[in-house]
Amino acid sequence: MSDDVKNQRPVWREEFSVDAPEDAYVLRRQFTKFLVLTSAGMACGNGWIWLRSLTADARPAYPEVAIARASEIAAGAVRTFSYPRAQDPCILFRRSTGVLAAFSQKCTHLSCAVYYSAERDRLECPCHDGFFAPDSGRVLQGPPPRPLPRIRIEQRGDDIFAVGVEEGAEP
Amino acid sequence: MNPLERRRRRSAIGAAMAFVIVLLIVQMWLLTATLESYLAGHHSVAGIAFAVSLSLTLICGALYVMVMRLDRRGGTDSPRSSGGPWQIE
Repeated sequence: MSDDVKNQRPVWREEFSVDAPEDAYVLRRQFTKFLVLTSAGMACGNGWIWLRSLTADARPAYPEVAIARASEIAAGAVRTFSYPRAQDPCILFRRSTGVLAAFSQKCTHLSCAVYYSAERDRLECPCHDGFFAPDSGRVLQGPPPRPLPRIRIEQRGDDIFAVGVEEGAEP
Repeated sequence: MNPLERRRRRSAIGAAMAFVIVLLIVQMWLLTATLESYLAGHHSVAGIAFAVSLSLTLICGALYVMVMRLDRRGGTDSPRSSGGPWQIE
């Protein structure tokens, strides 16, 4: 085979003149553009949180819902209920001191259901051993990053009403 | 373009890209911290965090424009492809 024939480009190459390595080449400005678009995406994320916080501040008052009768809950006893929506599980319990308290039942770590341990007087998450204080919901131990949301309750006669939710209750 | 000028240009582009990456890491931290704070019920920081994040994006955009101009002004430093038995014309 002569050199002329060897060096001759195939005919299909004339028709389809795309070089794969060249196609995969990323320019510096393309890479920077990608970084800037990622940055814009994160700014949008922050904007979304800001908008959510605006609407959260304007949220109407929580409903008042009768959740239990005080006489039915002895010291160490627990009652579960949903508040403010049907898909928001909560836990109501009476401590050994006689004080009633209610919290969201979803652990702030990975949303496992927490339970009240009367013997240790604390709320416990069995998934990763996260413990919460029974008075404020603050984290005592474990991976939960935030306190449990506290459900505000009011006792009227023998009835106990849930009247609101306090996010991130401080000790 | 002389080699010194080319080296300076390349350093400037590299520095700008590194700075964009640093700003991006700061933004990632800001986003996660803001989300954490929002979920904890502290809503007041969300507006400030958004303003800061937007500012960082604008700085990144300005750096991108700078990189683009420098990159275009100098042309490519090396052939875009050395692979393949043929040359694209």
